[in-house]
Amino acid sequence: MANGPSSSSTSTTSASNREQGREQRTGNAWLGLLPIAGGLAIAALMHFCLPGLIGQFYARIVTDIGITIVLAVSLNIVNGMTGQFSIGHAGFMTLGGYTAATITYYGSMFLWDSAGKHGGFLGSGEWLFIASCVAGGLFSALAGYIVGLPSLRLRGDYLAIVTLGFGEIVRVILQQTGKTIDSVEEFKNAGWAQLIPPPVGGAVGFDGVPKYTNLFWVYAVLTITIVVAYRLKGSSLGRAMISVREDEIAAQAMGVNISRQKVLAFVMAAFFAGVAGGLFAHERGVIISPKDAGFQRSFDYVIMTVLGGRGSITGVTLAAILLTALPEVLRDFEQYRLIVYSLLLIFMMIVRPQGLLGIHEIWNFWQRPKSSARSASQEAQA
Amino acid sequence: MSDFAQTLITAIAIGSLYALIALGYTMVYGILKFINFAHSDIVVLGAWSSYTLASRILPKLGLDPHNPETVPPIWVAAVVLLAAMVFCGAVGFTIERLAYRPLRRAPRLNVLITAIGVSLLLQNVGQLDFVFGASPQKMPPLLPSWELASFTFGEGETARRLVIGLVDVVIFSTATSLMLMMQYLVFHTKLGVAMRAVSFNTDTAALMGIPVDRVVSFTFVLGSILAAAAGFLYVMKYPGMNQPAHTIWVLLGLKAFVAAVIGGIGNVRGAVLGGFVIAFVEQFGAFYISTSYRDVYVFTLLIVILLVKPSGLLGSPLREKV
Repeated sequence: MANGPSSSSTSTTSASNREQGREQRTGNAWLGLLPIAGGLAIAALMHFCLPGLIGQFYARIVTDIGITIVLAVSLNIVNGMTGQFSIGHAGFMTLGGYTAATITYYGSMFLWDSAGKHGGFLGSGEWLFIASCVAGGLFSALAGYIVGLPSLRLRGDYLAIVTLGFGEIVRVILQQTGKTIDSVEEFKNAGWAQLIPPPVGGAVGFDGVPKYTNLFWVYAVLTITIVVAYRLKGSSLGRAMISVREDEIAAQAMGVNISRQKVLAFVMAAFFAGVAGGLFAHERGVIISPKDAGFQRSFDYVIMTVLGGRGSITGVTLAAILLTALPEVLRDFEQYRLIVYSLLLIFMMIVRPQGLLGIHEIWNFWQRPKSSARSASQEAQA
Repeated sequence: MSDFAQTLITAIAIGSLYALIALGYTMVYGILKFINFAHSDIVVLGAWSSYTLASRILPKLGLDPHNPETVPPIWVAAVVLLAAMVFCGAVGFTIERLAYRPLRRAPRLNVLITAIGVSLLLQNVGQLDFVFGASPQKMPPLLPSWELASFTFGEGETARRLVIGLVDVVIFSTATSLMLMMQYLVFHTKLGVAMRAVSFNTDTAALMGIPVDRVVSFTFVLGSILAAAAGFLYVMKYPGMNQPAHTIWVLLGLKAFVAAVIGGIGNVRGAVLGGFVIAFVEQFGAFYISTSYRDVYVFTLLIVILLVKPSGLLGSPLREKV
């Protein structure tokens, strides 16, 4: 990606990041938790006020948007920051989703003799749900590690095919699973042979998963994802990833362990995708099915990272909001949705290949005069 | 024994289709170094345009394939094939000119993303009601369902028949002759020398007076023509056609790309070898192990080959220069 304008602007962002990092390090360490606390407060506020204000239909779209942002921002760690090209993100999401759904569905049967919802807001059922999402994320991260390993030997486009193949393998394997066990008695009497591999509904999807997902949990996860991604971007680890994106050989020469960075990026992205998959599987009105692991869904997230700007967290968030909300608003437009997306993609690559925001965050545009003056002085020194 | 032979015949027919599609992938990769994701959609275009010709235009000429009295003669199939090839060649040329040429100097990832964009565009334009529509169709039979040879193995209840149909022979012979033409073109003509030179080093080729843009255009047209032929032959073998954006088409293209990678990407002979290897693994795996995992075998083979010999069976190892 070492074309002229983008590489010079990288130095300005990394410089401003470094400065911010230094400010944070000198301040109180607890201040770092402030964004997370703020995010959780906003999430709780949204959970209690939003459905009343805008109605269930729009509240559901807002939930969808939250999940999509988690997926797009996590894919951005691989595609945007590390410069690898994964088109199997939906595979990780579905894997995590199925893992989480299996745990809550059969876990609820085991603990409370019913697969339905248990407990209210922040009740025991919700804690099982969030723990299962984390478990889904961990399982997905393990898969990410395995998929990331070949990336040590593969360059860009081969890796794309491997990740695409991964998504397809997940889809095919999930299609072969057995029918879900509906009744509690049957589940309690079932032997291990019936439960391994877990019966998760095969090609028709996993029906009957308790619908725990609500605005609070979605936006709590979203907060953590964005904070982690943003902190990562400013950290030495993130800068090592960005250096891999800009020039692998130069990065290696500077002592960056490029294979470690690539695998790490894969594992992190897969973890968040798995958690988001857990949220997706428990969302009201959704039946998670093997189809979700297919590449069409993966392409959606790739389009978001490309449109938003590779490496720009706010840019990708913006693109995720736009591309999730637009088709919901323009229902009649459905037939033309993907035509417009694809034309946009081709057009962007020709006219503005760095994406809407490029590698900048949205606030960099307000600070522009200052940071460009600094980079000019740096260039003058050099 | 007959099961084995029947699987073998299918594998050879399907393998020659994979090889045809893989040739397009490998030529474009050899010259421009990116995966042309839109290639599988050219295959779809070839299939659907020949369907449109056969079911919409032929009846107007008094050659309705569905009507037993006006069944078109065999040469009509060849005309449909040629028309589809010309049409797809033109589309391939246009795509290269409008979407890929402006990115000639752009990073490879951008071109890859553009290719995905073009692929999505072709799929979804094809799905529009006034283009091909979003519902599956049945390809009218342009070739008579002759059985050229049939053998019977065993007796009574366990008797199995082995059939070699006209379709299989047509697929294999058309594909083979196209591949031989390619072989001649790439290794024995001036244009072929130019193509290989551009693929070896674009800048040096340009310095030597080779019109790089024209060679690239020509490569796209050639690849699209082969893809159209593959699309036509595929629907001759399997007349139940899925809608243009159906997963099955993308998987067909992906497997052909896997074939190109396994054979050694950029290598014309490797693509042909890879096509047959993939088809054999897929068909025999499906028959002897389990049908439902047929896609899994192909991708597993890909990952194994990439880990053991990343340059493919016939490819030469790439060395990255600083």
